[in-house]
Formats: sequence, structure tokens, C-alpha cells
Amino acid sequence: SNPFEVKVNRQKFDILGRKTKNDVGLPGVSRSKAIKKRNQTLLKEYKEREKTNVFKDKRFGEYNTKITPEEKMIRRFALERQQNYGKKNICNLNEDEELTHYGQSLAEIEKLNDIVDSDSDTEERGTLSAELTAAHFGGGGGLLRKKVSSEQQDEEEEKPKSRKELIEEMIAKSKQEKQERQTRRESALELTEKLDKDWKEIQTLIAHKTPKSERKDKEVEKPKPDEYDMIVRELGFEMKAKPSERLKTEEELAKEEQARLQKLEADRLRRMRGIDEEANKKRPSHMSADDLADGFILDKDDRRLLSYKDGKMNIENEEEKEEDEGEEEEEEEGEEEDNEDEEESQEESASENEEDDAADSHSDLESDIESEEEAAGNKEEKKHKANENESQNVEKSDRKREAAKSELPYTFTVPESYETFKSLLAGRTIEEQLIILERIQKCNHPSLAVGNKAKLEKLFGFLLEYVGELATLDLPELRTIDKLVLPLYNLCQMFPEAASDSIKFILRDAAHDLEEVIEVKGRATYPGLDTLIYLKIVSLLFPTSDFWHPVVTPAFMYMSQLLTKCRITTLQDVIKGLFICCLFLEYVSLSRRFVPELINFLLGVLHISLPKQQAQGYTVVHPFTPVGKNLELLLVCDKEDLKSWEKQNVPLSIVTRLKEASRTEINHTRLSCLALCFDLIKKCAALYESLPSFHEIMHPIRILLTQHVPVNEYPEKMQEWYHSALKELENKVKHYTPLICEKKKPVPLKQYTPKIVKVLEFGRKQAGSKKEQERKQLIQRHKRELKGAIREIRKDNQYLARMQLSEIMERDSARKRKVKELLGSLATQEGEWKAMKRNKWKN
Amino acid sequence: QLPTGLYKKVLVILHDSVLPYMNEPTLMMDFLTVAYGIGGAISLLALNGLFILIHQHNLEYPDFYKKLYSLLDPSIYHVKYRARFFHLTDLFLSSSHLPAYLVAAFIKRLSRLALTAPPEALLMIIPFICNLFRRHPACRVLVHRPGGPADMSEDPYVMEEEEPSKSRALESSLWEIQSLQNHYHPDVAKAAAVLNQFLSEMEDDISGLLELSAYELFDKEVKKKAVDVPLEFEQVRGLFGKKNDIFAEHFSLD
Repeated sequence: SNPFEVKVNRQKFDILGRKTKNDVGLPGVSRSKAIKKRNQTLLKEYKEREKTNVFKDKRFGEYNTKITPEEKMIRRFALERQQNYGKKNICNLNEDEELTHYGQSLAEIEKLNDIVDSDSDTEERGTLSAELTAAHFGGGGGLLRKKVSSEQQDEEEEKPKSRKELIEEMIAKSKQEKQERQTRRESALELTEKLDKDWKEIQTLIAHKTPKSERKDKEVEKPKPDEYDMIVRELGFEMKAKPSERLKTEEELAKEEQARLQKLEADRLRRMRGIDEEANKKRPSHMSADDLADGFILDKDDRRLLSYKDGKMNIENEEEKEEDEGEEEEEEEGEEEDNEDEEESQEESASENEEDDAADSHSDLESDIESEEEAAGNKEEKKHKANENESQNVEKSDRKREAAKSELPYTFTVPESYETFKSLLAGRTIEEQLIILERIQKCNHPSLAVGNKAKLEKLFGFLLEYVGELATLDLPELRTIDKLVLPLYNLCQMFPEAASDSIKFILRDAAHDLEEVIEVKGRATYPGLDTLIYLKIVSLLFPTSDFWHPVVTPAFMYMSQLLTKCRITTLQDVIKGLFICCLFLEYVSLSRRFVPELINFLLGVLHISLPKQQAQGYTVVHPFTPVGKNLELLLVCDKEDLKSWEKQNVPLSIVTRLKEASRTEINHTRLSCLALCFDLIKKCAALYESLPSFHEIMHPIRILLTQHVPVNEYPEKMQEWYHSALKELENKVKHYTPLICEKKKPVPLKQYTPKIVKVLEFGRKQAGSKKEQERKQLIQRHKRELKGAIREIRKDNQYLARMQLSEIMERDSARKRKVKELLGSLATQEGEWKAMKRNKWKN
Repeated sequence: QLPTGLYKKVLVILHDSVLPYMNEPTLMMDFLTVAYGIGGAISLLALNGLFILIHQHNLEYPDFYKKLYSLLDPSIYHVKYRARFFHLTDLFLSSSHLPAYLVAAFIKRLSRLALTAPPEALLMIIPFICNLFRRHPACRVLVHRPGGPADMSEDPYVMEEEEPSKSRALESSLWEIQSLQNHYHPDVAKAAAVLNQFLSEMEDDISGLLELSAYELFDKEVKKKAVDVPLEFEQVRGLFGKKNDIFAEHFSLD
């Protein structure tokens, strides 16, 4: 373009890698564009500013979306016809509407169709086509229609053809040709079919006679694979002998196991202390003078500084290596499992083969049925049906059937609902249930199919629910639960997230129920045995010593609520409470964390084992009360029962069937509880001796033990328990060291090195979070738009002003012109008049 | 002399729906003093009315702090009116003109009692004590005694003493909070560990912690999203099959 029309935006600095789009502007072009646009829009508006005319679209249903386009067209057409109906020319009798279809006259189409029809008819009858007849016999065929067409032909020959006729002829010809081609193809097909049929007949004859020879011939046709080739192939496909790992000796295995355990233990300890890994690795970081101390830290550089310590590489690497090794080990384990699976499936197929052999002639049939059965999952019932079919060799298969009946199926699908799961396990012995669960796990190993993971995760939930149900029975099947813990553990190891979620769900439900009861009644009661079992299972599945654990910490909270909120009104409550105390002790046995609720509860239990009296020197806290109801729950006065008591384990089922127990039995249970309490006190003392205020914590219990407990009335065994507990409490040295605050770390001085920020993308502001950036961007965009809009409005106004000015100028000039004209005409008039006057004068 | 239930009901609403509408609130003086003397929950409730009288109507109450001190017993962490009581106690102890021995005695007693408190109360009381330390820097010897005797065989603080001035709280240290650093609840342990360091200048806001309930705590823990779930690595051998299982000693599966 013209260089004089180009405006160059000079840039101050050239920046490499930046693309600029606005370095050259074309002011003239853009201005003319803008004016043009305004002429089309603004000027129009301006000119029509005082006009109120409105354009109305009155076409039928133009803006009605409810009517389909076809219907709309039909209605419009009808309307049009109605309008035309009245106006019809009365004189024109001949007026016939030509009906059309896709712009073609229907009459024409009908004509063509007729021709085609006649053709096809003739073909079916096996007669010659119309044209042929026309050509050969001069168009003398008997059919009237053809005569017409031939007549037409004649006419055509005579007349020079009009355009329309030409086209019609062409269409007709092409259609005919098409038809012909089709018929030819059809007849060819028919012929081949016929040929095939004939051949088959002949072939069967041949085949009956010499089927084998023919087969041989075929084999001969195929050249026998060369022996050399075969060997080459075999060698190629043969599994290469891989260098396998040396079998490890027992010692090595033991050592490895030990190392693994050590690593896990170290991990556990780290979690117990609640130290973050990051915190561990944190080093005094470089502080810059430009640092805003806003906690903004650059992402860590991936490269690791190469550093040596005592001639070794830095430890971090080694740690990582260890981790890698761990992973490898895991993978290996997985592979092993896979192998096992395969083996099993092989076994499976082998056993099935055996069964198949038994039913020789029906082998196909049975295997089909069996595969169906596998899908259905309940093999036995259907097998029964299948066996009915083979009535001829019943004797043979009878034994096998018996064996198969008692035998469990090898493959299971994961049950989709809890009901199916329950029905799967119903009526089985514990061992069978375990085997079923194991097989379900193996058949649906996540590495085998995509959806298996989700299925097995569900299985964990079902199993938990099942355990809960077993525990809530009138006679809780604790032995079964004892065994079911194993599959639970295995599943939990496979899917920690899902397992923790489902246990958390159960805990949340339990806590929610508790909270509701408290809100409604103001007091809570102990939950059923199932909840206690769940809490116990938590301690089996998860490490309870962690500083924070997604499952264990809520469990802690829940147990604390149970011990502090639930009323103790019966002996069952005491047993449940003591069970929870045991749980607490177990949970903290490694981490030695302090549980105030535990001490409170034990104190309360001791308190209710004493005869009613005013508490002296100690105070019991909620849920126990110093005075009032529910005291003396553990008090045993019967001398006989005291004497006959023997320490025995409290059966857990007692919480559901205590009512049936005899008085003596109840008394014995009470004494067992007391003994348990003494033992727990002893364990607590051992656990908490390192706490700085151990004596203050144990103070009330010690007072109660030494001053209030009637030791001499207890049986000897109980006295042993008592003394061992007291001994554990007494022989702790009192040891106090004044507290001193940790020294503050000195705040590092700010250094005057520049803060270096990585630039990830040019031309984009980096600072701030994503949200902040977005906000800034929005603000900026808004500003830009606003400026643009203002500029546009200003230009519009300028344009309008220009228009108005030009209008005024035009008007003014017109007026001037008119005035001039008038003046001119007046002047001429005047002139003429003067001339006349002068003439008069002259005359 | 009213029945206990009625007493409680009256005292609960007294401060905000009775006292402001009385022409002579001082008439309630005797009623409140008697109620304050009864002890237990009723005393806690009477405290609120009494506070209004002292604060707005120039009631002189002799040995007020001594009485308040004697109100502190293990049940304060378990009763329903915990939030109200600690709100008032915070008010009473907010004056910076209180003698250090008194505040120290309160701190020591509260923390001693905290050894039996549930976690929701602990989460409230530890910042409470931290606030007391901030207001009364003279009490900081309780957590920081650099020149003290290296070893003591007894806690100098006397729990049973009714008189705060004789409780020798200032000679003691806050071992209770140190014990609580081993609490099973991670938040409590963290809160208690704050006292290991020098405290920051800003006071903690405990108004939100006063009403904390156990269920809320539980809910908060349950809703936390965990990145990964650590697992027990010891193979299970049954419900009570752990090494040295306490349950195996005392419970049977029958």
C-alpha cells in the first residue's frame, strides 16, 4: 500500500521472542471503514429518528415455533388458496392447476412411471423390452401405452425438438438404461445361484465317495512346511532363557524381612511423633532482602545438589533407593499372586476336564452349561439340572456329583449387594466362608479386569456389615468374626482408601446416633457389641500410634465420647466401658499417649465397687456421680461368692445374655471386672510413668486404693491383683524439673542479594495466586473495554455533529441560493421596469 | 431456699431477662450471694448475676477471687454451663492489676484439673491459659524458670489449699501442660506444645472455642481428607491375636 498512508508505531526496545501485531497502522483505511459502518448504522438511525413506522411481518406463523415447518407451509398454502378462491376468474373454465412435486410436474412423473412399470412388467413376463419391440417391429406392439410413446417418437422425429422435450427424453432414456442394467445383474445372479446349486449337488455326490482323498489332495496342495523353517520359527518364538534371580537362602529372606519390618517401624515412629517429612528435610533457607516474608516460596528445584557426607553420597538418594526397592518388592509380590491365580485357573480347567471326561458323549453340551453356570455364580443347583440330562450314565457320574456337591465352586463373582453377599455365605462353615472370600478375591484381582477394584472395595464394606451383623446376634458369633478379620485385613491392605472410608462411615453413623440420643434424651447409652468390635478392628487394620490418622483419630474421639457421655446403669455398661478402656490402652500402648478419660473411668469403676459412702480425698467426674443411683454396681457382699471366685476371662457375649445368669455368676463377673480394673490401673501406671505429672494424674486412684478399698475382704487372687497394681503406682520416684522454654531460633539477617523469580511465560504477570491473577486480568479487561466504549461513543458524537453541521450548511446554502434567486428575479424585474420607464421617457 | 432444678432455671435467665428490668437490682444481692455460696453448678450460674451487680451496681464482694478459686473442681470441665463459666472467668481474670500469685494459682489449678478434662475442654483451656500468661508476664516463671533448682522431689503447689496466696503456685512449674503434650488428640498435643516456646504477643480468641462440643470435634476429624492412609503392617492373627493383647488376658470370645 501507499507508504504515506502507513503509520509506524515505533518501539522503544526490541524484545526478542515477542511478537507484535500493532507495529504498523493504517489510519486512513480504518477511518474509512469506521465511517462506512457509521453510514450504515448510525446515519440510518439518525435519519429515521422521527419516524414511527414499524415493519410488521404478517406471514403466517413466522415466529411461531410450535408449528413444524412443513405444517407451516401447508397452512400457508391453504391460506393462499383460500385467498385466491374468491378472486378466481369466472370466465376461465380451463384453468387447471398443475400439481408439482419437487418442482416437477406430477403429470410428467406419472407418465414416466408408467413407462417404467410397463417395462418391469414385460421383463417379469420374460418378454422383450419396449424399445426393442419398437426397433424390431416398428413400434407395432399390442400395448396401447407403447403405441402412444412410439407415436410421440414419431412426432419427435418430425418436429425439431424443443428444449423441454429433449430433457424429458434424456430422463426417460437414462431411466430405461438403469432398469436394463439392473435386470441384467439380476439374471446373472440367478444364473450363478443356479450354478452353485448344481455344483453342490454334484459335490455331495463326490464327497460321499471320496472325502478323504479330497482332504489329502488339499494337504498336498499346501506345501508342507519346511523342517528348517519350522525350527527357525520355533527358535524365534521360544522363550529366551532369562537370567533368573538366584533363589534366596533362608538367612537372606529373614534378613530382608527384618529390614522391611525395621523400615516400617521407623516409618511408624516418624508418624507417631507427628513430624512431617518436609519439616525434617527443611534447612535454613536463603533469605533475600527482597523477600517479602509472605511465605511465597519458589517451587523446589528438581535437581539435587550433589553433596557428600563422610565419603558417601547424600542420604536422601539412598532413602529413595530404598523406597524404590520396596516398591519393587511389592510388585514382585503382585506378580507372585498373579502366578498363583494362573495356577489356580489351570487347576480349575483341569478339574473341569475331568468332569467332562466323565460325561463323554455330552461333553460339548455340558461344557456349555458349565460356562453359563460360571457366569451365574451358583454352580451347584444348575449342575444338578445338567446332570439330569445325562441319564444314561448316571451311575458313572453319581459319585462325582456327590463330590462336586460338597466341593465349593472355584469362581465367584463379587456380589453386587449385601443381600447376595449374605446369601453367598449363609449356611457355610467358617472355613468355607474363608475359602469363598479368598476365591472371590483371587478371581477378581484388580489386575485381571478393569472394574474389579471397585467391586472388591465394595466387598470390604459388605464384609464389615456382615461382621457387624454377626456381632449383633443374640448369641454373637465371635469365633467367626475372629476368622473373618483376616480377609478384612487383606482387603484393607489392597484398598486402604476405600477401607478407611467405609470404616469412617460406620464411625460417623455411630457418633451421629450417639449425638442424637444425647440431644433427645440428655443422656446416652452404650452402643451394641458391633460397634465395640468395629473399634477393635480399627486397631487391627490401622496403626494406632500415629500422631494423626484419618481413621484412628476419629475412633479416639468416639471412644472418648463413649467414656464421658454414656451413663453407667448396669453391669453390661461397666463391661462395655472396661472394654473401651482396654481399647484405649491398646491404641496408645506404643505411643504412650495420655488419655484422661481412661483414668477417670477406672476411678469411677473403683468407686462403684465400694459401698456407698461420701467420697473423701478424690472426686469422680461424669458419668460417675459421687452420690445417687447406680452406685455399688460392682460391690459384692456375698461371702460365698467371694470365696468361690476364680479369675476367668469375661466372655463378650455376656453383654447380651447377662439377664439369664445366676446371682453367683453375676457376682463372679463383677469380681472379674474388678480384677480387670486393677490390671488396667497397673498397665496405665506402667504406661504413664514417664509423664511429668504422673503422680497428680494417679493421685485420686492411689487415695482410693490405699484408703477406701476393703482389701482384706477380697479373695486372695484379687488381693494379688490389687497389690500388683498398687505396687506399680507406689514405686515411682517423684521427679520434677522446672520447665524452661525452648530457645528461639535466631532470625536470619536479610541479605542484599536480589530475589530471583522464575519467569515461566513472558508477558504475563506472575505474582499472586491464580485467583488473584484472574481478578487482575478481569479488572484490566474491564478497563480496556470501558476505554474502548468511551472512545467509540465520542467518535459517534463527532460523526453525528459532522452530519448535523453538513445538514445545516446545506440548508443554509439552499436558503442563500433561494434568496439570491429571489433577489435576482427582483433585480431583473426592477431592471425591466426601469427599462420600460426609460423607454417611456424616451418615447 | 428453692429446689435445685428451679434454682438453676432461675439463675440461667436471671442476668439477661430479670436484672436489666429491675429498678433496684441490688435487691438480688442477697439471693445471689447465697446461691454463690451453695457450691457446684448453682454457684457457677450465680456468678453471672453477681458479675452484673459488681460491674454495674458497685457491689463490693469480699474475697471474690478466693471464692472463685474454690469453685474450681474437676466437674467444671464436664458441666453443661462450661462455656458460660469460662467466659466469665476470662472476664474476671482479664484485669492486668491482679496480683501475680493469684493468677498463677488460677493457672496452676486450672491446668491441674485439666488432667481429667475431655479434649473439647482442653482445646479451650489451653489457649485460655496462654492468654493469662500474655496478660500477666510475671506468671511466666511457671513455664520458664532458667535459674531454678535442677531437681525437685515434690510439686511445690498445694492443691488442697483454699487460699490462693498460700498455694505456692509461683514456685511451681506447669508440668500438667507438659503432660498434655502427650495427649492422644493431635490438636490438644499441638496446643499444649505452644507453651514450649515463647508466646507471641497477640492474644488468642477463645470465644469460638468456648462452645466446642465433642461431636463437632469428631465431625471435623472425620471430614478431613487424607492423602494416603497408613496401614498396620503386623499381620493379624484374629480378633485378639496381637502380641501382648490385653483383651486376650481378660475377655474371651464365647
